[in-house]
Amino acid sequence: MELMYVYIGLAALFGLFMAWGIGANDLANAMATSIGSGALTIKQALLVAAVFEFAGAVLAGGEVTSTIRKGMIDTATLVDQPDTLIFGMLAALLAAGVWLLIASRKGWPVSTTHSIVGAIVGFAVVGVGADAVQWAKVGTIAASWVVSPLIAGIIAYFTFTSIKWLILIRPDPLVRARRYAPMYIFIAVFLIVLMTLFKGLKHVGLELDTASCYAVAFCFALLIAIVGRWFIARIPIDEKANRRFHFYTVEKVFAVLMVITACSMAFAHGSNDVANAIGPVAAVISIAQEGVVGQQSAVSIWILILGGLGIVAGLATYGRKVIATVGSHITQLTPSRGFSAEVAAAFTIVFASSTGMPVSTTHTLVGAVLGVGMAKGISAINLGIVGRIFLSWVITIPAGAILAIIFFYILRAVLG
Amino acid sequence: MANYFSKIFGASPVGPIQEHMELCYEAAKELITFFDYVAQSDWDKVQDSRARIVQLENEADEIKKQVRSNLPKSMFMPVAREDLLELVLVQDRIPNRARDVSGLVIGRKMEIPVAMHDPFLKFVSRNVDAAKKARKTIRELDELYETGFRGAEAELVESLVDELDQIENDTDDMQAGLRAQLYAMEEDLPPIDVMFLYRVIEVMGDIGDMAERIGRRLEVMMAH
Repeated sequence: MELMYVYIGLAALFGLFMAWGIGANDLANAMATSIGSGALTIKQALLVAAVFEFAGAVLAGGEVTSTIRKGMIDTATLVDQPDTLIFGMLAALLAAGVWLLIASRKGWPVSTTHSIVGAIVGFAVVGVGADAVQWAKVGTIAASWVVSPLIAGIIAYFTFTSIKWLILIRPDPLVRARRYAPMYIFIAVFLIVLMTLFKGLKHVGLELDTASCYAVAFCFALLIAIVGRWFIARIPIDEKANRRFHFYTVEKVFAVLMVITACSMAFAHGSNDVANAIGPVAAVISIAQEGVVGQQSAVSIWILILGGLGIVAGLATYGRKVIATVGSHITQLTPSRGFSAEVAAAFTIVFASSTGMPVSTTHTLVGAVLGVGMAKGISAINLGIVGRIFLSWVITIPAGAILAIIFFYILRAVLG
Repeated sequence: MANYFSKIFGASPVGPIQEHMELCYEAAKELITFFDYVAQSDWDKVQDSRARIVQLENEADEIKKQVRSNLPKSMFMPVAREDLLELVLVQDRIPNRARDVSGLVIGRKMEIPVAMHDPFLKFVSRNVDAAKKARKTIRELDELYETGFRGAEAELVESLVDELDQIENDTDDMQAGLRAQLYAMEEDLPPIDVMFLYRVIEVMGDIGDMAERIGRRLEVMMAH
């Protein structure tokens, strides 16, 4: 392991590169909804994204990192050749990062999750052998790509339908919005905090029993709901912009809720997508440091922090512009709709993260938007584009795999 | 750089449809001025008024095309695409009829018999009332989308459509009255003028009919 520092340095560099790419591009989809609906300004969104991406990565990103690091390859076959796994993981990182860059330039809809999974499987099949791939696990991951948009869509459908029945179709929607909005805040915060507590806090060295988890989540959700209620009560009725049913002001109430879901989305994105960049880094570092493959130690918190920093850097340098562009294009998603879609997507992603499933943030959000559309919430959805987004993984997986194989051979020739 | 997530949101047809209806109503309203000048036989002013109607009709046509091109088959919407296309088509017939009727009158420099002035102008104005009520219901379209075409807002639109039907009934009665009046006077008027007067009354009455059909389209949308 004389090249240990070279490997660690390269892993950190490639990992940062990919995290930067995710922050610059992918994150825009998660945040832009809140900007498009006018709930947050760009500056506020950047702040929310920085804080909650980071929190999501550190508090809830560990499980997915583990999956990426050691869930897909049977490391038993690699005990004698740690270098192969290091080259493979470096190649996978580089492949996913480069593919992300090419696709972003060309405007293709790609998923970082799909490219990194494709890259790891690709290198494993060619570099080690098809037997080394944990096909059952990879199959489960592929299934989660179908299931996650579906679940998000169903949750979004019922969330928006409940908003419609409790608030929008009533003769007094504004009174009802003020009454029910804190309830929605409570439920959203409670569920997301609960899922994080159940799975996440091991990595920061905090273990809670089930009852404490419920108690902490309950108190936290209640606190946020009370704060939200205070803000909602202070929203003035804009008489000029209002007509009989005050929908303008009703949407202003939901804008408060969208601040909460923006935080949740950033948290969810951090919990899932940071792992894509950081999983392979974690693998390389642990092998390089210990010289063995297949150890069981937990993901070091410092690696998660590195991923979080990379994403925030991407956001700060380039993501700002992308978020502004995307946000200005999705004005159709008014706060009542945006809330339904985001809360469903955030819930689904955090749930997936807690079970270690790397899912696509964008796909899950698109599924949620379709769910709101099914509940007659959106005036026009372009199904052609939706189809192209979901079909993109047909291209992304082989592209990631082929690039990873090429980089694997190059790295092995140069360093091996 | 293209972003696919934002592209899944198609252009909402609501704004353009409302804008279109505003122009349709303006064109119908101009007929009041138009027939006032016809009654006074002030043909210069009649020409000016006709020019405004044609102008409004052209503008409405542009928006109609824009709405259509923004409604490709791949759009997934809370209302059937056909219902929206039909709505715009019906709306668009209002300025078309305004242009037709003003064209008929100008082409033959038609005089409306003095005895019919008062009831005819009232008939015109009632048809314009129908178009105005149709505009009022279309102005609720964004709120209908907000509520998913259900509940209190839908009931409000239902009641507006009922009022619209009432006005259209009035125009039908007035139209029958005008025809009867014209029939009684037929003998004393040049036959070709009479033929064209019947035609003017008929085309004018179409405006009320089209306004009523706008209400029907909204009812169909709410029934889905």
